[in-house]
Amino acid sequence: MNYSTIEIWLIIAALGAGTFLLRYSFLGLIGNRPLPEWALRCLRYTPVAVLPGLVAPLVLWPQATGGAFDPARMLAAGATLAVGLATRNTLAAIVAGLVALYLGLFLFS
Amino acid sequence: MQTPSANRSAFWRGFRQGLPFLLVIIPFGLLFGVAAAEAGLHITAVMGFSVLVLAGASQFTAVQLIGENAPAVLVVVTALAVNLRMAMYSASLAPHLGPAPAWKRALVAYCMIDQSYTLAAQDYDRAPDQTVAEKLAYYGGACSHVCPAWVAATWVGATVGQAIPPEFALDFAIPITFLAMLAPAMRTLAHVAAATVSVALALVLAFLPSGLGLLVAAVAAMATGAQVELWVARRRAAGNA
Repeated sequence: MNYSTIEIWLIIAALGAGTFLLRYSFLGLIGNRPLPEWALRCLRYTPVAVLPGLVAPLVLWPQATGGAFDPARMLAAGATLAVGLATRNTLAAIVAGLVALYLGLFLFS
Repeated sequence: MQTPSANRSAFWRGFRQGLPFLLVIIPFGLLFGVAAAEAGLHITAVMGFSVLVLAGASQFTAVQLIGENAPAVLVVVTALAVNLRMAMYSASLAPHLGPAPAWKRALVAYCMIDQSYTLAAQDYDRAPDQTVAEKLAYYGGACSHVCPAWVAATWVGATVGQAIPPEFALDFAIPITFLAMLAPAMRTLAHVAAATVSVALALVLAFLPSGLGLLVAAVAAMATGAQVELWVARRRAAGNA
């Protein structure tokens, strides 16, 4: 990590202020006006649009291994996804992922 | 009827119905604290994130990109993109809480997370005739433990996380958390299509500076999700006709 302390706090402040404005937008500033259909349609997909793209490189090229493919982390990702899809339960998926990760690290190292 | 006792019972209903979410919030908060400490953030900065931003997924996103040394502007823009859905929550609560005083609406906005929004939207849907005061009391009850729990769990995670050796592979806490949040969200073809485009483009554009490829992938994925939703709806309408 090579940010100055000031940069880190600027990131936090900007993210905090921006997030608050998004949350306050309709409640406070814009008032009781319905969002246009197309905007609602796009907003529905923001989490599933951002997070998978963030995760994919981390699974294929983990930083901890210097970018080398790691079977333990792959196994953990697979287990998390499989249990999450099967149970629709986030917590169960996290537990499965951690168990698979440590099992994989134990088996493959 | 607007009475103190009606407000009190709304508060406790929110409090009770929010309790199960602690099971999700506490482990997430712990993981965030650990991941942020892993990325090299000082504990005051870690707490700054949880107190000033108070939005789990975007905090994880920011910390991940900070760990990759992405330009600060891209860290903020990408993490904000994760929070765009909050504008939708805000729009959905506005008809219910719009008449409340501005400082109360600001407080509602500050505490708006997936869990508090989901609870409130369901409660207002079930009982739309509640007074604004009752609706606020319900929201306050739900937030009264969930939001402090997030901050407290972050602190514990950041404190404990520094003592955990690298063999425990905690770098992988973020991918596991995100995958676990995403899997249950794959509800429709449109969600799956958006996620697929996001993964494919993020990998193809990985050569771009940290964070930039992800941003392009996210915008394309969002458009894909919206377009597939339209397409499925049209096909369904044509099928029914």
